[in-house]
Amino acid sequence: MAENCCGAGGVKLLYPCSGAADVGELADRAVRKLWKQGFAQKTCLAGVGGDVPGFVQSAKGAELNITVDGCPIACARKSLERIGVKPISIMLADLGFKKGESPVTEENIARIAGAVEEACSISPKAEAGASLSGGGCCS
Amino acid sequence: MMIEILGPGCFKCQKLEEVTKQAVSELGIDAFINHITDYNGITNRGIMITPALVVDGVVKVAGKVPSLEEVKIFLGK
Repeated sequence: MAENCCGAGGVKLLYPCSGAADVGELADRAVRKLWKQGFAQKTCLAGVGGDVPGFVQSAKGAELNITVDGCPIACARKSLERIGVKPISIMLADLGFKKGESPVTEENIARIAGAVEEACSISPKAEAGASLSGGGCCS
Repeated sequence: MMIEILGPGCFKCQKLEEVTKQAVSELGIDAFINHITDYNGITNRGIMITPALVVDGVVKVAGKVPSLEEVKIFLGK
């Protein structure tokens, strides 16, 4: 659903690459886990890639955009950069996950979700975003 | 001109509607302004954060309230 505009803090949007390989599925599953936990709002990378104005403008208006890529090709990060948005980028390869050798297990999903939360908590951008108004109609 | 304000109806959404009405008035545009609060009506346009301003079906901005001058630019004047 659309981000609850009356929530506390800025709006964070999550974009998994959701690629075909195991690492793409891990990225997707970890993001869905974070979404269900209320950490951030998952949105549609395809909408950004397809230049759908609603998704593009939502990315530009969000306090934080977080991409989770399975492999170094970095489709999610590059999709955001193409529209002039610099996301916080999490790369599963940097966490030791290799394409074709990374089983989609609850343990791996939880590890990736934790890494995303940690990356956002230490990002200067995240810290700045927490104190700014902007995304969200009541903030 | 069809102008849509998308958002659940809280402060910033109302502010966006107010600024938009002012822009329309100052520009002398013949426009219909519709405030959409329905969840499906918002997400069907790919809007993930509100408020958002849509002009003739094109999303101009989402997640913030633009200034009066910015709205005038979005309205094409």
